[in-house]
Amino acid sequence: MNVEVTPLPGIGVRKDFALRNGRRIGVISHRDGKLELIVSKRDDPDACLAEIELNYDEAGALANLLGAPQLVAQLAEEHKDLPGIRTKQLPIKQDSPFDGRPLGDTAMRTRTGVSLVAVMRAGQVHPSPGPDFTLAAGDLLVAVGTRDGLAEAAEILTRG
Amino acid sequence: MNHVALELIQLGAVFFTLGLLGRVAQRIGMSPIPLYLLGGLAFGNGGLVELDGIEGFSPIASEVGVVLLLLLLGLEYSASELVSGLKRSWMAGVLDVVLNAAPGVAVALYVGWGVVGAVVMGGVTYISSSGIIAKVLTDLGRLGNRETPVVLSILVFEDLVMALYLPILTTILAGVSLLGGLTTVGVSLAVISVVLLVALRWGRYVSALVDSPDREVFLLKVLGLALLVAGFAAALQVSAAVGAFLLGIAISGSTAHNATRLLEPLRDLFAAVFFVAFGLNTDPATIPPVLGWALVLAVSTTLTKLATGWWAARRQDIGRLGRARAGAALVARGEFSIVIAGLAVASGAVPGQLAALATAYVLLMAVAGPIAARVVEPVARWRPFAGRTANPAAAD
Repeated sequence: MNVEVTPLPGIGVRKDFALRNGRRIGVISHRDGKLELIVSKRDDPDACLAEIELNYDEAGALANLLGAPQLVAQLAEEHKDLPGIRTKQLPIKQDSPFDGRPLGDTAMRTRTGVSLVAVMRAGQVHPSPGPDFTLAAGDLLVAVGTRDGLAEAAEILTRG
Repeated sequence: MNHVALELIQLGAVFFTLGLLGRVAQRIGMSPIPLYLLGGLAFGNGGLVELDGIEGFSPIASEVGVVLLLLLLGLEYSASELVSGLKRSWMAGVLDVVLNAAPGVAVALYVGWGVVGAVVMGGVTYISSSGIIAKVLTDLGRLGNRETPVVLSILVFEDLVMALYLPILTTILAGVSLLGGLTTVGVSLAVISVVLLVALRWGRYVSALVDSPDREVFLLKVLGLALLVAGFAAALQVSAAVGAFLLGIAISGSTAHNATRLLEPLRDLFAAVFFVAFGLNTDPATIPPVLGWALVLAVSTTLTKLATGWWAARRQDIGRLGRARAGAALVARGEFSIVIAGLAVASGAVPGQLAALATAYVLLMAVAGPIAARVVEPVARWRPFAGRTANPAAAD
């Protein structure tokens, strides 16, 4: 993907790229750290349909939504020769008992046989998280295991 | 009533009135500058109420206002942005100077204000208001548009031209000969190059000199240094405003950003005093005779800015609508036109009518600019040839 970086003197930087259908999508990073999502108009590719201000949490959540399926699809592709093994994304919700606790506390492998291969946070992938990795609400765990194991894992992350 | 009490009451009344005017401006979504000018006209010389109590305060406060306006302008762009802007947009920038200074120069020569008046009026009609334009682009959600970098780089170029123009203006106003003027141009070119080099290479040392984690210390250091540099620049006949501007360029990075946040309220306060003082010193009775010329200039320089933006955007392969938007965005004139006219009037080298013409012109353009930026899209779509602009693929 060819991301175009354009300085906006006095304001910040615009980073955007053209989609297959010709529309532009991207982000304006203001100098004061403010982020804006921009999407170009259909009938006038020079103009913007919307400029949506995002704070760091919101941008991270959006990046997770966009990035996680791709990671999961990639892992599923790698495991397709192993029947019975699935990849799933499991969210840490606001009221999860593991919000703020280390990953080791879930004892996931011992209890369900499920491996947690990555944590997606604020659009960033943290691969192979150790037992002392502290979980936070909003994280997406990428889990690999059997169908039953994954169902149990989802239950543990919600109920404890 | 003793003098101090009178001063405080008049100053308070002026600030409070400006606050109310600013509120009105916000409500209707326009720049407060024209209202400040009108406020000054209403109060001062030949206006409704004579304000003689603040005569001790307003001259130095206006000077500080000009210094702060230029300091923050310098802080807005980093040295590397200025240099890359210069490389990218110098052709559009030169066209901008030629097209937009010409109407001011022509009118000044026609009405017989001589070469000095022509240089002043050329500056007044040339310089766009980066303050108004940045706000309009943000308000209209056009920061992500493809023509916006074109508009911004023209503004960057205009700032560099100001750094050359103001010292020249100062020498011409002081009545120096052609040779003296050329020497000043040489000196200011050299100074600007040195400042840009220092800012690019050793900007962090300049920043470190003023930076402080403590807000109060930081504010006093940066303001003190700005006034010192401005004062020495004025003593060397390079113009106080340019000194402050160059200091702004030399301060960079997070220091520049923090300084901007800290100084913005001060700038707004002192710049408001400057606009009011300019209005105060202009007799409202002198405006009607020059209103015709102000209108001529308003119409012609709206068209020339439109042409500048159109041409510059076209060079970047932007469609017709985007070109029209770029042109219309550049139309607004404001604070810097008044700074130029203010320098000229204060020197006494130009007739008083020039202040009246500059006031009327800025009143028109500060209002017309944001309106032009808003209506340009619907107008461009309505035109008989709009059938082509609706479909970008058909635009050339």
